[in-house]
Amino acid sequence: MTQDNALHDEPLKIGDITLHSRLIVGTGKYKSFEETERALEESGTEMVTVALRRVDLGADDHLLNHIDPKKYIVLPNTAGCYNAEDAIRVCQLGREVSQSSLVKLEVLGDPDTLLPDPIETLKALEILVKDGFTVMTYTSDDPVLAKRLEEAGATTVMPAGAPIGSGQGILNENNIRIILERANVPIIVDAGVGAASDVTRAFELGCDAVLLNTGIAGAKDPIRMARAMKYAARAGRDSYLAGRIPKKLYATASSPQLDF
Amino acid sequence: MLIVLNGNEKEFEDGLTIFQVLQQLDLHPQRVAVEVNREIVKRDRFTEHLLQDGDVVEILQFVGGG
Repeated sequence: MTQDNALHDEPLKIGDITLHSRLIVGTGKYKSFEETERALEESGTEMVTVALRRVDLGADDHLLNHIDPKKYIVLPNTAGCYNAEDAIRVCQLGREVSQSSLVKLEVLGDPDTLLPDPIETLKALEILVKDGFTVMTYTSDDPVLAKRLEEAGATTVMPAGAPIGSGQGILNENNIRIILERANVPIIVDAGVGAASDVTRAFELGCDAVLLNTGIAGAKDPIRMARAMKYAARAGRDSYLAGRIPKKLYATASSPQLDF
Repeated sequence: MLIVLNGNEKEFEDGLTIFQVLQQLDLHPQRVAVEVNREIVKRDRFTEHLLQDGDVVEILQFVGGG
């Protein structure tokens, strides 16, 4: 086996899509389209999320002028939807723009917490799956709900590490671990990432990918943070695949202790 | 004809298709989704779907989001 093969990582499969980068990056909150473009480039991502809104008739530039469709898979989200009906409509409209059945479903409970509404999410998911959508489903970190979403046909289950945009990292690692142990679909930590170490931690736990936006866009230097996130993802993923040593109470010497 | 476009009334000449209205608004047909009276109109029907006086039209596009 060559060294390259030894360090090989399987690409991530989402429906019929193959991703080599395991970072999925949002396109919101950047200071300019130029900054968006450079941050995406630096992050190494191959899949970017977008939202759907009424056209701005006065605009002289457009986000899609800065997202090369040959480099990035565009993942429309349902941000701003607080019930299943609205989310389904936005998915159907998003499909018309992207000409793809791939969507990110997020149905939120209220605008203060931005926490997922589990009941409306499940309801929307069931209908979208019947309608032929490939649904990447945002959810809370509840292991029971994660399983229910998988059973209902979610292509990926995407538990929040912490509330959207909060930058608190992964608040309940135990729940993420339980979700991972029982999952048969890719598990993607979506939301809550504040620093590169949060991304690394998600991968060390065994997550298949991380989706983030504010952690990059809200940093003082988003371009540099995008690069940090790229390296963090690789470090965490390699650390996971390499298999860490067990934590022990007592020391184990690194150097030989005999024959001075 | 008077159309309610994204919540605002807007005057267009009679007998325009969705495609023609998009052109007049300087919008790329490949980058929008269109609803007329809450029904989605597929992209391949933009050139044949004639808009009527009083139609409620929503035109949506992708924007930055996470």
